[in-house]
Amino acid sequence: MSGAPELTAETGPRRIWVLIEQQGGRVHPVSWELLGAARRLAVELDADRAIVEAVLLGQDVGAIAQEALRYGARRVHLIEDPVLADYRNLPYAVGISRLVQAHRPEIFLIGATSLGRDLASAVATRVETGLTADCTELTIDPKLQILAATRPTFGGNLMATILCRRHRPQMATVRPRVLPLPEPLPPAEIRGETRGEVVRAPLGLVEAEVPLRRLRLIPGAERVDLEYAEVIVAGGRGLGDRDGLPLLRQLAEALGGVLAVSRPLVDAGWVSVEHQVGQTGKTVRPKLYVAAGISGAVQHRVGMSGAGFILAINKDPHAPIFQIADLGIVGDLYEVVPALIDDLRARRSGGDDGR
Amino acid sequence: MHAVVAIKQVPDTTNVRIDPDTGTLIREGVPAIVNPYDVHALEMAVRLKERFGGQVTVLTMGPPKAAEALIECVEQGADRAILLSDRKFGGADTLATSYVLAGAIEAIRAEGPVDLLLFGKQAIDGDTAQVGPGVATRLGVPLITYAIEIEAFDPLARTAIVHRRTELGVEVLETALPALLTVEKEIAAIARAPLPNLVRAARYRPEVWDAAQPVAFDAAKLGIKGSPTVVGRAFTPAAKAPGEQIEVAALGLPAVIERALTRLEAAGVLAAGPPSAGGPGGGP
Ligand SMILES: Cc1cc2nc3c(=O)[nH]c(=O)nc-3n(C[C@H](O)[C@H](O)[C@H](O)COP(=O)(O)OP(=O)(O)OC[C@H]3O[C@@H](n4cnc5c(N)ncnc54)[C@H](O)[C@@H]3O)c2cc1C
Ligand SMILES: Nc1ncnc2c1ncn2[C@@H]1O[C@H](COP(=O)(O)O)[C@@H](O)[C@H]1O
Repeated sequence: MSGAPELTAETGPRRIWVLIEQQGGRVHPVSWELLGAARRLAVELDADRAIVEAVLLGQDVGAIAQEALRYGARRVHLIEDPVLADYRNLPYAVGISRLVQAHRPEIFLIGATSLGRDLASAVATRVETGLTADCTELTIDPKLQILAATRPTFGGNLMATILCRRHRPQMATVRPRVLPLPEPLPPAEIRGETRGEVVRAPLGLVEAEVPLRRLRLIPGAERVDLEYAEVIVAGGRGLGDRDGLPLLRQLAEALGGVLAVSRPLVDAGWVSVEHQVGQTGKTVRPKLYVAAGISGAVQHRVGMSGAGFILAINKDPHAPIFQIADLGIVGDLYEVVPALIDDLRARRSGGDDGR
Repeated sequence: MHAVVAIKQVPDTTNVRIDPDTGTLIREGVPAIVNPYDVHALEMAVRLKERFGGQVTVLTMGPPKAAEALIECVEQGADRAILLSDRKFGGADTLATSYVLAGAIEAIRAEGPVDLLLFGKQAIDGDTAQVGPGVATRLGVPLITYAIEIEAFDPLARTAIVHRRTELGVEVLETALPALLTVEKEIAAIARAPLPNLVRAARYRPEVWDAAQPVAFDAAKLGIKGSPTVVGRAFTPAAKAPGEQIEVAALGLPAVIERALTRLEAAGVLAAGPPSAGGPGGGP
């Protein structure tokens, strides 16, 4: 408070940026998860001066900018241009790098999706800063007052906290579902004092400068939304036989959830990789995760340890999965699962009758 | 046709173990392998060479021991292998790594045209997937990550059509050449190395390039000095306090199921089911 009154680096806003990832007008929810994290980091970093801002590129995405404000961005830096209609690395990286150079954010968070990973490294290289991939935890180091980005390495066997001391922005990618999805702010708050603004910027690049075209998109045959499922029933090698899968599907149905698997079942060709949970599969964050016949190797656990409630069923009382299970049932899944299904079905029909 | 493939020697993470007392990696006895995705990148390059003629150059930045990995690549069909090795390169993060690889590739391009740059999707020791995009950005060539197929390749017209896997499906992209691809394993299945390659590899010695020769790298951008990120702390993943454990053998099945349902109900996770799941007896 004793310094000069003008806006200097010591008194200006400290920007925390989040990329809002959209394709074809659909926002990837990891963007909102990151805005939630950014709001928390802003408080940790500097409650007075840190502000959360969003970066949005595309064509006709104005409505998404408004939504970003509802998820807590104070400002949205928006570039709309026909060149940005489909995602391509070059125009997106150029547009974002220019914004970074103009506004000098301190921290920049991007989803670790195929788009985000493709883009983040190109931006970090252009602005010559540090980038930490696939973080599982973001905090502010209390002593250094910089981002402490924690991620698994060596196949999940080791965790490392990465710091970027002198270069800005401090960039990090985070996988979908690693962070909780925040509630959007109530509309009253947008209209009131905390209202944000949308600031438009030009792209500064024309189609002829982009040496790559998207000819077409072959939509995925099977879209499995494991990441955003509320209930997941996962089976592992303990199933023994692929004929055990329908049993787990029935349990998933009885619980209103979806089926997932550990890697050996994918390797064996029983199910497609879209169903795999873990380090080389998906990170999930359901309210309930049932692990049946899964030992709980670290590579599996990194994908599911964020679940709200973990129910493990395993014959081996020393299986590592029990270390993280809220409830562990030591027993044969071929006994326990059918009994669970029966009871759940009985309950449901009992509940309906009682009304 | 000239393809340059960047490969990395990595510890086989399937065999990595952590010392429970020190929380550090036990590297002894852990075999070093060519990063699995890079093997497929090289295979793709070899296939293109078989079809169009030309040559394949492999490139790695690493310690002298990484020469072994390059020799494996010669067995697989690489014509020329370059080892970028200098203590000044040590401790590089992805930004410093992409600086060196891009500089080396520029030197190779100065000798003659390069049509394609192939990288693995990611290196399994760090899983960052950053080096390929970083090199493409530095060289100013088009980037296609997560490539699973080269549908068309025309070195004369200098274009290619490449399939790339994303969450939404498969993108079909037309790119100018040279382009940089980071590849998934599907890009090419590994064939057995033919005997003449093995014979040639047995005698082959990779070229060694250091920080001064033949590329004079800027020392400020190398190794630890040139790396914006540092590891602040490394630790083994924290174990959460274990929950309740119940045994069917001890309590009997009905008691176990009842306990499970009570816990699930208390945790508020039973309401998620569709109300009209059509269970037995659910009809009117
Ligand atoms: C780099 C790398 C990445 C990896 N990525 C992943 C990943 O993304 N996802 C993943 O899942 N794995 C991954 N793995 C593999 C991982 O290390 C384990 O090998 C795998 O998770 C084990 O699967 P599982 O638990 O199904 O099988 P197992 O470890 O064989 O466990 C089977 C379990 O079933 C129990 N069982 C057997 N019969 C019964 C029965 N009738 N009733 C009840 N229980 C029974 C056994 O006691 C045992 O605990 C990765 C490995 C590496 C090296
Ligand atoms: N030191 C290196 N030398 C040569 N190529 C590398 C090196 N590090 C990474 N790469 C390449 O970049 C890809 C991605 O690595 P990474 O970004 O570390 O996950 C690898 O599959 C290699 O093709």
